[in-house]
Parts: sequence; structure tokens; C-alpha cells
Amino acid sequence: MTKIGVVTFPGSLDDRDALRAVRLAGAEGVALWHADHDLQGVDAVVLPGGFSYGDYLRCGAIAAISPIMTEVKAAAAKGLPVLGICNGFQVLVEAGMLPGGLIRNDHGNFFCRDQKLRVESTSTAWTNEFEQGEEIVIPLKNGEGGYIATEETLDRLEGEGLVAFRYLEVNPNGSLRDIAGLRNEMGNVVGLMPHPEHATEPGFGPDTDAAMRSGTDGLRFFRSVLNSLAVA
Amino acid sequence: MPTIVVEVMPKQELLDPQGKAVAAAIARKGISGVSAVQVGKRFEIITEGPVTAELLESVKALAEDFLSNAVIEDVVSIEVVE
Repeated sequence: MTKIGVVTFPGSLDDRDALRAVRLAGAEGVALWHADHDLQGVDAVVLPGGFSYGDYLRCGAIAAISPIMTEVKAAAAKGLPVLGICNGFQVLVEAGMLPGGLIRNDHGNFFCRDQKLRVESTSTAWTNEFEQGEEIVIPLKNGEGGYIATEETLDRLEGEGLVAFRYLEVNPNGSLRDIAGLRNEMGNVVGLMPHPEHATEPGFGPDTDAAMRSGTDGLRFFRSVLNSLAVA
Repeated sequence: MPTIVVEVMPKQELLDPQGKAVAAAIARKGISGVSAVQVGKRFEIITEGPVTAELLESVKALAEDFLSNAVIEDVVSIEVVE
């Protein structure tokens, strides 16, 4: 069975939800520990949401140089699929695995809502189950989710098709060009502020037109990685 | 103890929501004449002995690649105080 690791840092909150999402998608979830140098032979890694190291210094900055991240970075360079969710996205950015930075929301408030997104890139390990331009809804909850980068970097991201997700209807945090998530050139590393792992099981996801809390758009992130691993 | 003081500030051109919130609170305290506030960070790095040129170079590199994030912040000063 495909093994997907979820890293727990001190202050991670959504690691268990991510492990559950992995199991719901049909993979074996493996708990990984920030202080280890051991990826335990996993086929993919999820960096979960939360407040690693209490958000000290900058969100994700200390986690980015933790022992496990040395291994994650090296393995990602060779193609290991890595998904960073919320704080995990911040870790990827601080580790230099995705460009730019994430700063406090422009309105200064923590924001929690079911967020509509447009899938801008489907040729990645984590988004191949979506249609290009498809609109999905998954929960979003952050205080420091404002994506920023230089104009030059933003133009390059757009030009090379590296924007993976864009906020629709509401830009919840002042992110430049409505960027909600990015991918790397190889397509194995994806990071986003909203939370796919919270929309993986009927009864616990966002409301849909069909029924309350029935949204499971997030499950397809985890199914996508299984597809990409099956092909590889 | 010798101390290396590193100061980091959010980039001028970026929105500083924390500074804005503090500025608004200052206005609520009835103090007028304040046009803006910027909130940054000061690191005091206390050394085991005298600050060598080598250590200072290491701290300068550290300030650029770990204590600050060049995308969102600037290192505004690095100085040694006794």
C-alpha cells in the first residue's frame, strides 16, 4: 500500500486530520517527527497546518530548518511529492522550495471560511484529479496568509504556469494576484493556504448545493497523489 | 557580555498590518500627531567571548538568510555592543 507521511512539528494542529484524509483516499498514513532524519520510506509527504514552533521568528521559519525538512528537501529535489497546507505552505516558502512569502492578512484578522478556489494547474502530483479551471470549495483558516512576492517573481510564476490555485469571489487575506497556492517547476511540490484535508468526508466538509457539509473536494488532492505514484 | 544586536524591519513598501493596528490603538488612547507605526524585531545575540571578525561574518549571513526573510523584511542594522 502507498505510504504517505505527515510531519508533526511542535505546534502542528492538523496532522491527524491530514493522516485521516490520507487513509480516506486509500493510502497508509505514516506519522513523521520533526526531529528525525528518517522519512520511513514514505512515497509522499504532507506538511500540515498549525503553528509550528509557535510561529516564532516567522511562520514556518524554524520548521524550515528542522532535521526532517533536510530530508524532505533532498527527497523533493529527486521528485518526492510534497504537499504543504497552510503552515506547511509557509514552511515550503521559508525552506526556499517555493518562492515568495506569506505575511499577516491585510485586514489584520484571523479569517475562517469555506473558500472557493479555481484550480489553475492540473499537471501536478497533487492536482491531477481536477479539471483545468475547475472551481472547488475547501475550508480556509489563517491569520498570516497574505501571499507576496516581487512583481518580477509574480510575472514569472504566471508566465511559467506555476500558480496552482487562485481565490475566487473573496480574496481573504490580501494575497497578490489572488494567489492561494503554488506548484514548483517539476510539479511534485504544491503549497496552498486553504485546507483540503478538512473537506474529505461527507458530513464534515463545506456546505454544497446538494447538502450541508457534504463537500469533499479536498479528497481529490490525496487521490491525485495516488494516481501520480501509480503512474510513476 | 559582548552582544551582537541585529535589527530587522518589514519592507517599507509592504503593508504592515501589525503597525497599522498599533497606530490605530495609539489614536484610541487619545494621542494625536502619530501618522504611522512600523513594528520590527531586535535580536540580541550574546556571545561567549569577544566578537571575532569570523563570528560577526557568520551572524551577518545568519541575519540575511535566517533572522530575516528578504522577500518581506530588511536587515536595517547589525552592531556589536559590550
